[in-house]
Amino acid sequence: MSREGALNLVVLAGLVALPLWAHLAGETFTVTLATRAVILALAGVGLNLALGAGGLVSLGHAAFFGLGGYAMGILAFHAQSMTPLVDGLLPGTKSMPVIWLTTIAVSALAALVIGLLSLRTAGVYFIMVTLAFGQMFFYFAISWNAYGGEDGLSIWVRNGFPGLNTLVPIQFYGLCFAVLALVLLLSHLVRRSPFGLVLNAARQVPARLEAVGLDPTRVKLVAFVVSGAITGLAGALFADLNRFVSPAMFSWQLSGELMVLVILGGVGRLFGPVVGAVIFVALEHWLDGVSDYWHVYLGLLLLLIVLFARGGVIGLVAGRERAHD
Amino acid sequence: MTDPVLEARGITKRFGALVASDGVSLDLRPGEIHAVIGPNGAGKSTLIAQLCGGLRPDAGAVFLEGADVTALPVRARARKGLARTFQISALAMEDTVLQNAVLGALGASGRPWRFLRSALSDTELRDRAMAALTRVGLADFAAARTAEVSHGQRRQLEVAVALTLAPRAFVMDEPMAGLGAEGSAAMTDLLDGLRAEAPILLVEHDMDAVFRLADRVSVMVNGAVVATGSVAEIRADPAVRAAYLGDAA
Amino acid sequence: MTAALIAEQVLNGLQSGIMLFLMAAGLTLIFGVMGLINLAHGSLFMVGAFVAAATAAMTGHFVLALAAGMAAAAAAGALVEVVVLRRLYDRDHLDQVLATFALILIFTEGTRAVFGSFPLYIDLPLWLSGPVTLPFGIQYPFYRLALIALGLVVAGLLTLLIHRTRIGLQIRAGENDREMIAALGVDIGRLYTLVFALGAGLAGLAGAAVGPILSVQIGMGEPVLILAFVTIVIGGIGSIRGAFVGALLVGLTDTLGGIFLPEIFKLFMEPAAATRTGASLASMAIYILMAGVLILRPTGLYGARAA
Repeated sequence: MSREGALNLVVLAGLVALPLWAHLAGETFTVTLATRAVILALAGVGLNLALGAGGLVSLGHAAFFGLGGYAMGILAFHAQSMTPLVDGLLPGTKSMPVIWLTTIAVSALAALVIGLLSLRTAGVYFIMVTLAFGQMFFYFAISWNAYGGEDGLSIWVRNGFPGLNTLVPIQFYGLCFAVLALVLLLSHLVRRSPFGLVLNAARQVPARLEAVGLDPTRVKLVAFVVSGAITGLAGALFADLNRFVSPAMFSWQLSGELMVLVILGGVGRLFGPVVGAVIFVALEHWLDGVSDYWHVYLGLLLLLIVLFARGGVIGLVAGRERAHD
Repeated sequence: MTDPVLEARGITKRFGALVASDGVSLDLRPGEIHAVIGPNGAGKSTLIAQLCGGLRPDAGAVFLEGADVTALPVRARARKGLARTFQISALAMEDTVLQNAVLGALGASGRPWRFLRSALSDTELRDRAMAALTRVGLADFAAARTAEVSHGQRRQLEVAVALTLAPRAFVMDEPMAGLGAEGSAAMTDLLDGLRAEAPILLVEHDMDAVFRLADRVSVMVNGAVVATGSVAEIRADPAVRAAYLGDAA
Repeated sequence: MTAALIAEQVLNGLQSGIMLFLMAAGLTLIFGVMGLINLAHGSLFMVGAFVAAATAAMTGHFVLALAAGMAAAAAAGALVEVVVLRRLYDRDHLDQVLATFALILIFTEGTRAVFGSFPLYIDLPLWLSGPVTLPFGIQYPFYRLALIALGLVVAGLLTLLIHRTRIGLQIRAGENDREMIAALGVDIGRLYTLVFALGAGLAGLAGAAVGPILSVQIGMGEPVLILAFVTIVIGGIGSIRGAFVGALLVGLTDTLGGIFLPEIFKLFMEPAAATRTGASLASMAIYILMAGVLILRPTGLYGARAA
């Protein structure tokens, strides 16, 4: 097994053992932190598909994260206020599986539209356009007073999942971890699949793809849509963790932070976003206790990584043999 | 005379005041290697781009097996059986040699939309890729990372990827570029054997290779074809000697 | 809705557009010459606003405050260029995005540490405040008119600088061909620092100049940065003229959309719903404009090359 593979196993084991230990020790807050890390990791896995495999530098992934959050918020809001979602027709719901499917559909659709427009460009244009579309959703959410406008929406009780009591932190953690593990497994398979091979080549040599009769733009678009759907699903879980959604989920800072955690762990690597999210949440927690200005330290760390350690943490530990940049 | 596989009819391309292709007509017939030579700036790259679909001619048309493909993009022409190699290797350098060949096989299969099964364990794709690698002599390097094999091996891989498409015609842009004497000789032998499978339009600066391989040679100067003929005819053509071969021939 | 109101809103649109131009011009210049995408441009806008506010509070001298804001942003820009950004010119866009995102974090928290978390306000001197009466009896704040004039003057000077001076020649050469400017015997490192400081100075000037009509606060730069990106996508990257046209389009669309869309919806909806729908749609108007340009001209109105 490669060093990277071993590291991945260690990380996975840690994500099982640490929260279980915290649960048994009564450290509920640690379980919540771990849940936050796992959900951000899931969002990062989504972004990593576009960014790492497809080379699409999207600074607008908060759009999908926020859409996931609002899909959950709106459905649960109607369920808790007993109002129909569409007059006389659709009720809201408190069922996670239904919310998840809705989320995936909504964010995939948004990613399709944004992707179709953004992929007409490349390079810095792509970055600016995705950032701008993300901001569009932010302003739209602020102006949408029916669902809380600037103040957002509070959901009183966490949504339910058949057979689980999601109000128990460790059970909700287990659910989020299971989703992450499933998505990681699928990611692993996709990376080796024909699609993964083609996507990987579309990033490196688009001209080669054309020359063998394949359309690099369409391949990237599909990756962008799947990427958006995964990040959207993470958004729905994140909203359920906080029982709150607000326009902040659409903010450009969030897009930036998702990108930062992917880079922190190692862009293009299967577990890059997972390692990155764990470090990110830990830093956020510890540094926030040390200083009011923890973002300064995050900024400095990020600068150092960009200037001197481009493979991220996994790159430092496992070497660069599988790096994608 | 048999019908040409690939044909340019009077294609013209201007960039501002520069006429990069000036009414170029040439064809590629079954079983032959047709070399296109000419000094730098003669318009060979522009010609290749128009044959393969990267550039649209201002006037004239391109035919592939009798069908007008002038309006088709690169990938559509590739699917119709036109395989090209690049002057500067266009390979996925992070991937293995085999993965690059499988990419070609995937293009040929037209089915890249499979997400869960491993590409390399698909025997059909793998066999097709390995056959092409074996043909160019890279079978032993299948598992090597493309960035780590030699320049000459990458030139061979370029040809192998084109081979996986089982094309009706090859367009090769300086396959000998950067190769030493030994590499050139090996590549020349390889191309010599390929013409039986599909004819090759060969743009090449290596005159030894051209004179050894070509059934016909076209000479381009300033965007126009000034002469087409057998190697002997071209060697003897005084206009060609003056314009291009100079005293070196 | 009266003609006077419409005229006022058009002027407001022009004013915000022209300030946007100051931001976009710097960004597009920096990209054109160095190939760098700078997310921290909004931070320089913020630095300009804060330094201007502090200077105005200390000295009570408004023009001095503007100059101080511009100079501080230019200095901060030059410093950042020398310390960090020049290492990134040959890197890919992802690295540039990450490093300049890191700079945003550092600038934001640094500004918070120096100036505190509370918004600052800049008072206008008497000679710049108050309304003036325009033809047709339109009353309009004098300061906003002055901003439009200031922007036009800067746009004119920038055009002169680029087309009529030695530095301008080097900048244009740098946009086309880095080797050529090296061949001209130009010290590229110094030219790059200068161009970056110029762009930063323009951002700082914009921040200082809008200080009296916005509140000067942490995080004020990024919304403007994103608008400037929209402007550049519409205008075409690397083009000063594109930045100018794009900025006015964005300024006018944003301002007029907020006023007119609710009115338009009132024609066929009940007023409350029309206001809601109109306001929501107006918040997206410039992005819809951008999407339209992307569909019709993916490289922008004046953009020649794909980036």
